[in-house]
Amino acid sequence: MEIAVLDYGAGNLRNVCRAIEHLGYQHCLVRTAGDLKTIDKLIIPGVGAFKVAMKQLKERGLVEAIQEYAQQSKPLLGICLGMQLLFDRSSELGETEGLGLIRGSVEVIPDTDVEGGAMKVPHIGWNELEFDLPAAEVIQQIRELSPVYFVHSYRAVDVSYENLVAHCVYGGETIPAIVQKGSVVGCQFHPEKSGYVGLRILSGFLGD
Amino acid sequence: MKNIRLIARLDVKGQFLIKGVHLEGLRKIGNPQEYALKYYQAGADELIYMDVVASLYGRNNIRDIVERTAENVFIPITVGGGIRSVSDARDLLRSGADKVAINTAAIQSPMLLTEIAEVFGTQSVVLSVEATKQPDSSWVAYTDNGRERSKYEVLEWVQKAIELGAGEILLTSVDREGTCHGFDLELVRYVSEEINVPLILSGGMGALNDVAQAVRSGADAVAMASVLHYEHLSLEDIRAEAKATGLHVRQVEWK
Repeated sequence: MEIAVLDYGAGNLRNVCRAIEHLGYQHCLVRTAGDLKTIDKLIIPGVGAFKVAMKQLKERGLVEAIQEYAQQSKPLLGICLGMQLLFDRSSELGETEGLGLIRGSVEVIPDTDVEGGAMKVPHIGWNELEFDLPAAEVIQQIRELSPVYFVHSYRAVDVSYENLVAHCVYGGETIPAIVQKGSVVGCQFHPEKSGYVGLRILSGFLGD
Repeated sequence: MKNIRLIARLDVKGQFLIKGVHLEGLRKIGNPQEYALKYYQAGADELIYMDVVASLYGRNNIRDIVERTAENVFIPITVGGGIRSVSDARDLLRSGADKVAINTAAIQSPMLLTEIAEVFGTQSVVLSVEATKQPDSSWVAYTDNGRERSKYEVLEWVQKAIELGAGEILLTSVDREGTCHGFDLELVRYVSEEINVPLILSGGMGALNDVAQAVRSGADAVAMASVLHYEHLSLEDIRAEAKATGLHVRQVEWK
């Protein structure tokens, strides 16, 4: 089984790679559309800006390649920005089209909460997951477990209820935390930075 | 719900974990990676590595330590000390850091905060402020590990830095640092009321109820060093006490 981490020039993929190695799995880095053809499981990491990331994916011919990969119902896990890229579009640094694998868009987290109080952005820290759907096999193990680590200024909006697996609450705002459509899964938090719980989530995705 | 964060701070000089009082009189404690792993396993929510001589000598020897730490520590790591350019920040982020903390270089060239934020996002830019109380009761930001007085009043500097791209503030009270006499609550109140980004309070943690006081005074996270290194308190007890006093803390799950 070939596990791959997408290297598209953005983000800090080394931490994801280290976590995969720590769990005892081998992996490779994919950089081109051709590389993707032989892959069985794909992780799209990401720290950075949506617009820049999409530009880098386009330049490498990876947009269509990822869409084709997903159409074959092969497992795909997007982390943080990698999750946001799965949606239709984002308003970060100007309206930009995403991969369109899950319906929804990405908008900045408002800096006032539902009661009009000030809210700190970025959302940084450990926050509890609240499940909206029976968790997919991939993430079944994390139910009822301790919080996971978030760090982001943008969040998904208009996510269809059938794709929203779990959310967290920040300043009264519902933030999609796990989304899924078929074999495509996205985590807004960083499983590679969420201690043992995060490692278990990753391990659930990597295992058969 | 928002969990406050319990952060272990590791000041490093060369290959050693060190600790001083008021950022001076440094003593060797041990191997930084061993302590980092120990705190990770004890449930620290984050780690901060601070290379305390980096800005003095312009060196960046902390990269290897971060790299080795990140192999078996899977919580966020902030690294500070001697970061002077986007390329320095990139090196550290590639080595395994999630955020970089910047003090001296930002005071010398504030646009550095913007440059790093534009490439890596504001969430990876931490402004490190070494605050020292003046005889006239104002606070002034110091650089070079509390040695040099800058021209900035603390709050003025913090607000400017946030505008420029700092996504988080690491506020260290030089007066309390290493004393274990409790956090400077007046300082954190003064700063936190005026800002809208997360604030980590550092310097003075000594007793179990210091955490609750810091949080009630406006801190989103507390950084601890001496109290952990010298084993005055354990992270387990600190977490349990925080929870008992009604604070939201991460419930740490073991295997």
